[in-house]
Amino acid sequence: MSRPLRSFIKPQFIALALILLLNWILFPGFFNLFFRDGRLYGSLIDVLNRGAPVAILAIGMTAVIATRGIDLSVGAVMAIAGAVAATMVGDGHPLFLVIMAALAAGLVCGLWNGSLVALLGLQPIIATLILMVAGRGIAQTITEGFIVTFNDPGLIFMGSGSILGLPTPIIIMVTLAALATAAFRLTALGLFVEAIGVNRSASTYAGLRSRALLIGVYTFAGFCAAISGIIAAADIRGADANNVGLWLELDAILAVVIGGTSLMGGRFSIPMSVVGALIIQAMNTGILVSGFPPEFNLLVKAALIIVILVVQSPLAGRIWYFIAPSRKRPPPSSPAETPATSTEGTLK
Amino acid sequence: MPEPVLSAAHIDKSFLDNKVLDDVGIDLMPGEIHALLGENGAGKSTLIKILTGAYTHDAGTILLDGKPVHPRDTKHAQEMGVGTVYQEVNLLPNMTVAENLYIGRQPLKFGLVDNRKMERDARALLSRYQLNVDVGSQLDTYSVAVQQIVAIARAVDISGKVLILDEPTASLDQHEVEVLFGILQRLKADGLAIVFITHFLDQVYEIADRATVLRNGRRVGSRAMADLPRMDLVTMMLGHAIADTHALRIGGGRQPGGLFASFKDYALAGKAAPFDLDLHEGEIVGVAGLLGSGRTEMARLLFGIDRPDSGELTVKGKPCKLREPRDAIALGFGFAPEDRKVDGILGDLTVRENIAIALQARQGWTRPLSQKAQVDLADRFVRALDIRTTGIEQPVKFLSGGNQQKVVLARWLATNPKLLILDEPTRGIDVGAHAEIIRMINSLCDQGMSLLVISSELDEIVAYSSRVLVLRDRAISGELRGAHISVGAIVKMIAMQPEVQDA
Ligand SMILES: Nc1ncnc2c1ncn2[C@@H]1O[C@H](COP(=O)(O)OP(=O)(O)OP(=O)(O)O)[C@@H](O)[C@H]1O
Ligand SMILES: [Mg+2]
Repeated sequence: MSRPLRSFIKPQFIALALILLLNWILFPGFFNLFFRDGRLYGSLIDVLNRGAPVAILAIGMTAVIATRGIDLSVGAVMAIAGAVAATMVGDGHPLFLVIMAALAAGLVCGLWNGSLVALLGLQPIIATLILMVAGRGIAQTITEGFIVTFNDPGLIFMGSGSILGLPTPIIIMVTLAALATAAFRLTALGLFVEAIGVNRSASTYAGLRSRALLIGVYTFAGFCAAISGIIAAADIRGADANNVGLWLELDAILAVVIGGTSLMGGRFSIPMSVVGALIIQAMNTGILVSGFPPEFNLLVKAALIIVILVVQSPLAGRIWYFIAPSRKRPPPSSPAETPATSTEGTLK
Repeated sequence: MPEPVLSAAHIDKSFLDNKVLDDVGIDLMPGEIHALLGENGAGKSTLIKILTGAYTHDAGTILLDGKPVHPRDTKHAQEMGVGTVYQEVNLLPNMTVAENLYIGRQPLKFGLVDNRKMERDARALLSRYQLNVDVGSQLDTYSVAVQQIVAIARAVDISGKVLILDEPTASLDQHEVEVLFGILQRLKADGLAIVFITHFLDQVYEIADRATVLRNGRRVGSRAMADLPRMDLVTMMLGHAIADTHALRIGGGRQPGGLFASFKDYALAGKAAPFDLDLHEGEIVGVAGLLGSGRTEMARLLFGIDRPDSGELTVKGKPCKLREPRDAIALGFGFAPEDRKVDGILGDLTVRENIAIALQARQGWTRPLSQKAQVDLADRFVRALDIRTTGIEQPVKFLSGGNQQKVVLARWLATNPKLLILDEPTRGIDVGAHAEIIRMINSLCDQGMSLLVISSELDEIVAYSSRVLVLRDRAISGELRGAHISVGAIVKMIAMQPEVQDA
């Protein structure tokens, strides 16, 4: 059974193409690529490279949001992982150990978040706010308040090295996205995550281990944040507990939402979240190369959020349905009145 | 001839390409109780949602007192005197009972909500339904039946001309049904037009004056109940005749096999007094009892949703512990809960995923069912239970209530359970499908499955059970076996005083 080609034409791809085109108009050299010292260079590569940290955060965030949760702490967890990596490499530990320790720090942070949500039943937004606030303090404690710099070539490679001609962050992003997608979709994990996002009580009745699953997705988000943290630290060759990953949790959430995963939980797509992150980065880059002031970026982002919310609204779904030539295909978002919205009037 | 209060004609409605109402009409006379009947998915709920402004219609007219109206939403319909209880009762679970009854029209005092008066009024209102609950408690601490009565009481209180009830009796006991019918009779005498949707034909004959039957989104006809024999009615609904399911009894001559699960001294403070329960292979145990007698609480314990304070479980002679439903499922248990919207369906997921999920959960996440296996499974049950859907990839939330219930049943039947616990299993399921489900369950029990059925419908208990447990005050107060099982005997046992029982 082959899906019709047009079901692959997603609004996100159109948006990405438009933004890239706009960049090209503003900066005609945008699509130029050149090969130097065994590595590809060019603005397009730059978008992928710069977008990788947020894309990696978005991979973990996708799973969390699919369970109807949210993780506000990933930026702070980046700082913790970066701090662990920088201090340990400064103390002369071998690279393998350094990476393992930084990843373990991320896992522990995720485990903490997951336990608060799944075992204590805290609201995800509150539960992860705790670490969002405390995390940078923890990172500073690890670095003892300094910006710890390093010049270990192995660790720096994570941020600015290249593999097969492509920057390491891109390779890491693509590998992680592929592995995560495989882990969710070639097993039943993806279905389970969607099920608890749609209805946790019914999922428990059906025999899912909702608690373990929830802890699992937050741990995964912590793990992804740690990878992002290592890349970000390696990129600037130092751990800046105060600034690394600042506000990136919001970019990650935005990326997931652009990718089409609903904040109400349920259906998710990791590759589309990565596309979402790249859309955000393409915008950032575009504003940078076009010479607009960076503040402009925030306004454009706000405008983008509005556009997305409108596009994903049920109204747009219906309009899309009526203008689409083939009436066989269901519209992208909820087509008609759903029972939920139709009966809520009982008490109004 | 009096003019109809509400009259709808030539109503069309499509969801995407799926035409669910085709030129449907209905006339409601003042002072009549009008049954709206039809199979699961016939379009009954959709029609009343259109009448009350919850959905928009593609074509047709609605006249109220002879004037065309266009209800914008439920609230607008209420203002015009049309009150409704929808099939999926939609109250606010985390507000109090009193707030649910009066929200949007709370009594005020000095510009603030007068809570004292509101609670007093709420108590008075509910006492008419002989419902004695703490109106200051959060609504979701009460059972589905209580919530249903609260929704009905609210709708009755606000409807001036028309009252629409979509399967109001689906989870009510005989007693509450009688109380409700008493109230409906009074409202009818006051000249209200009442629409009553149900799958219980006995209730239709008891209370309705006229019936409109829908089939596949078309109106088959409207007839006075007085000259509509039951068989004709069923034929109108299904399009063909079926054997009288009334006489169908599958529990009677059943010979139970070996002991499967044995619960000893199971107890949970405030939920269930200590009880012993042995379930045998091939046995069908019915659980009866009044509202609040602890039926659902018992089922939750048996399935590991709540953990007992004390008690032991042995399955096939081996001691076991249930920490969560998953453990119960690993032992071959299955449980279709009472509240399908909250605990049953996964609304945004497809029919296929909803059917496969329990089987998949038991297999574990590392061993996914192939796409083909899921499709085969779903196709098989969609056919076997006649689930009306545009396809197995349709999100289950777009199915009609009864069809959602069939999906939940299919989910458990698909796991091939050794012990199946059904809490109000046929809630909202039509006569045709009901017969089919009884047949399926019968053949599973013949193959050794043991079944525990909880139901407020005593007819259903009698039809299924080879043994009946009667619950009262959260304890097992009596047991009936084989030939002694009858509606009369169960009613008697429910009413019996505990002292007599002990003697
Ligand atoms: N929001 C919706 N979107 C798509 N299809 C819908 C929607 N609501 C109802 N339908 C379809 O319309 C048909 C009629 O549904 P409806 O709920 O009116 O049936 P019903 O007669 O009330 O059945 P039941 O006895 O099971 O409650 C069904 O086939 C259902 O799948
Ligand atoms: Mg219905």
